[in-house]
Amino acid sequence: MSYKIALAGNPNCGKTTLFNELTGSRQHVGNWPGVTVDKKEGGYRKNKEISILDLPGTYSLSPYSAEERIAREYLVKERPDVVIDIVDGTSMERNLYLTLQIAELGIPMVIAMNMMDEVESRGDRIDCEKLASLLGVPVVPIVARSNKGTQTLMEEVLKVAQSGQVPRELDIYEGELYAAIRENRLTEEQEEQVADLRYTYIGELVKQTVKKKQAVHAETKSDKIDKILTNRFLALPIFVVIMYLMFACTFSENFLFIPELPSPGVWLAGVVESLWGGLAEGVIGLVEGAGASGWIVELVTSCLDGIGAVFGFLPLVLVLFLLLSFLEDSGYMARVAFVMDRIFRHFGLSGRSFIPMLMGFGCSVPALMASRTLESDKDRKITMMITPFMSCGAKLPIYAMFAATLFAENNQTMIVFAIYMLGIVVAVIGALLLNKFAFQEGASNFIMELPQYRIPTLKSVLIHAWEKVRGFAVKAGTVIFASTVLIWFLSSFNFTGMCDMEESFLASIGNAIRWIFVPLGFGDWRASVGVVTGWIAKENIVSTFGQLFGGVSDEVIEAVSAGEQALPAITEVFTKVSAWSYMAFNLLCMPCFAAVGAIRREMGSWKWTLRAVGFQMATAYVVALLINIIGNLIF
Amino acid sequence: MTLRDLKPGQSGQVVSLGESGPLKRRIMDMGVTPGVQVKVIKVAPLGDPVEVHVRGYELSLRKEEASRIQVEPV
Repeated sequence: MSYKIALAGNPNCGKTTLFNELTGSRQHVGNWPGVTVDKKEGGYRKNKEISILDLPGTYSLSPYSAEERIAREYLVKERPDVVIDIVDGTSMERNLYLTLQIAELGIPMVIAMNMMDEVESRGDRIDCEKLASLLGVPVVPIVARSNKGTQTLMEEVLKVAQSGQVPRELDIYEGELYAAIRENRLTEEQEEQVADLRYTYIGELVKQTVKKKQAVHAETKSDKIDKILTNRFLALPIFVVIMYLMFACTFSENFLFIPELPSPGVWLAGVVESLWGGLAEGVIGLVEGAGASGWIVELVTSCLDGIGAVFGFLPLVLVLFLLLSFLEDSGYMARVAFVMDRIFRHFGLSGRSFIPMLMGFGCSVPALMASRTLESDKDRKITMMITPFMSCGAKLPIYAMFAATLFAENNQTMIVFAIYMLGIVVAVIGALLLNKFAFQEGASNFIMELPQYRIPTLKSVLIHAWEKVRGFAVKAGTVIFASTVLIWFLSSFNFTGMCDMEESFLASIGNAIRWIFVPLGFGDWRASVGVVTGWIAKENIVSTFGQLFGGVSDEVIEAVSAGEQALPAITEVFTKVSAWSYMAFNLLCMPCFAAVGAIRREMGSWKWTLRAVGFQMATAYVVALLINIIGNLIF
Repeated sequence: MTLRDLKPGQSGQVVSLGESGPLKRRIMDMGVTPGVQVKVIKVAPLGDPVEVHVRGYELSLRKEEASRIQVEPV
């Protein structure tokens, strides 16, 4: 007999920890359709017949957020055999609210009373048997993080699954209130009445089952930590240091300001790159040795490059998510929002948007994936749409090339600074416009829990980071691989066979689409080709120009990328104004395929991915057009 | 008097929520219902939002939202 079990509970109640303990590493993470909410499923470690679904963490089943809608619809429509309701024993009053709502649905359930170690260390006691008899459902004390009580929990779950025992009907509602609740058609007045009845009943339950050592709210260790971390004067400096460390650990080449010391992320990326480089060389050598013709060698090379492009991002994703899941699980992430809300609300965003946007200056791929830490579906989507406007490291060589070539007599640092600022300003305006016109669902609010600080378990942090790495490799990998190989094909072939880029399909495409860019000031086929090769990786624009404008050597391309040498030939096409327009266009237009893959992975739908890319393209076009028009009026 | 007027360290009993629609439901779902006792813990470093202790846990809300919740000081 196989059973469907669903885990339900408040955010921060230890639900995911329990899920990890029950399923081990055998879990599948996907997206609920159309929304940016994880759908996690797995089989019970000790009995494969039992499949477990981790519902999104919610405080209630009233359809307010995407998470609540999903949890409610799943419970009502899919009707799992048993719901395990995880209750945080240190915060029973609020947690039991969801418990009552699940009980009202009449689905067989078992309550897992979690964090019993903390309850005990506070000197409090919870009478689980009493609670069980009052609610008519088994209540099992557990400590999910150290896997205590989970065996008993699953034995109870199996018993309930076999007997189909449903919770006792609550006798707190009069008249037709109960029917109205079940049919989800409460009026506003009734809602207030019901919430009040539930909390009154919970008050009664808590009074009968919980014995507190101290009657008044005593200061916990968590409160003491919070006094420092969100202190009036210390909060912002601490925040800046933590953010700097997170960015530097992932991206810095001079870690902790020590010259030439790579950060863990950069170091690991280097290791992966050299391992892959060696492997790829070996494979190419084998193919050549087997006497394959030139184009097969080229094809193999491009395929290996395509896979290498995916691998190259994995270390960054891994390091960032080890840090992010630590911040998330420790409870600090909620404080990030608490501290930054004052600033970000003006853009219609959450304070947590700060993290993806900051990381965007390093690389959009992990930055986009970090958007998952935001509170609402809307915030996540908007943040993903604007995060690529933060100028990533790979775009710097483009600016360096133009600065050295066309702005040699200007302050080049200022040019680069100005383009970074442009990205930030456009992101802010973009967020405001998206909020106003594209996402009108409900005003934003900041009614959220500030959870207790807890030391995250190594297992949870590792599983989370691993999921992200695997998710990116699998879901984004195909997008990146396919598009890299496609662009390679277009740039090295024409109807007669293999050829130079100047005569390739891509050159023909560049010629065919260059009229689009005439209003922007760079209606040249080479500039158009640059935009396209930039989608493989933005820094490719420099090597493409090196090749198309006179065929310079790799050393020259490297020097141009670093801003140490000019590429005079591009002045045939670009003026100062059109150089600005071109830099802005490439900053804002569709990011590289790897980033699009990350958007696809996180959005969970092609529709939303295309919307995001469409928005970015339109923004790039409008901004570049404005720069070209206004620039030509002034100069 | 509203929740916004309470200083850190002060407690009050909620009289009415002053909201309507989904926002009101959200506030109630989070345990802020008429009759419940709340205690203001602190104000965020930039002056907003505020952190309150309610039903055994810490909740944060913006001053704008707090200013619509009527309380009776205790």
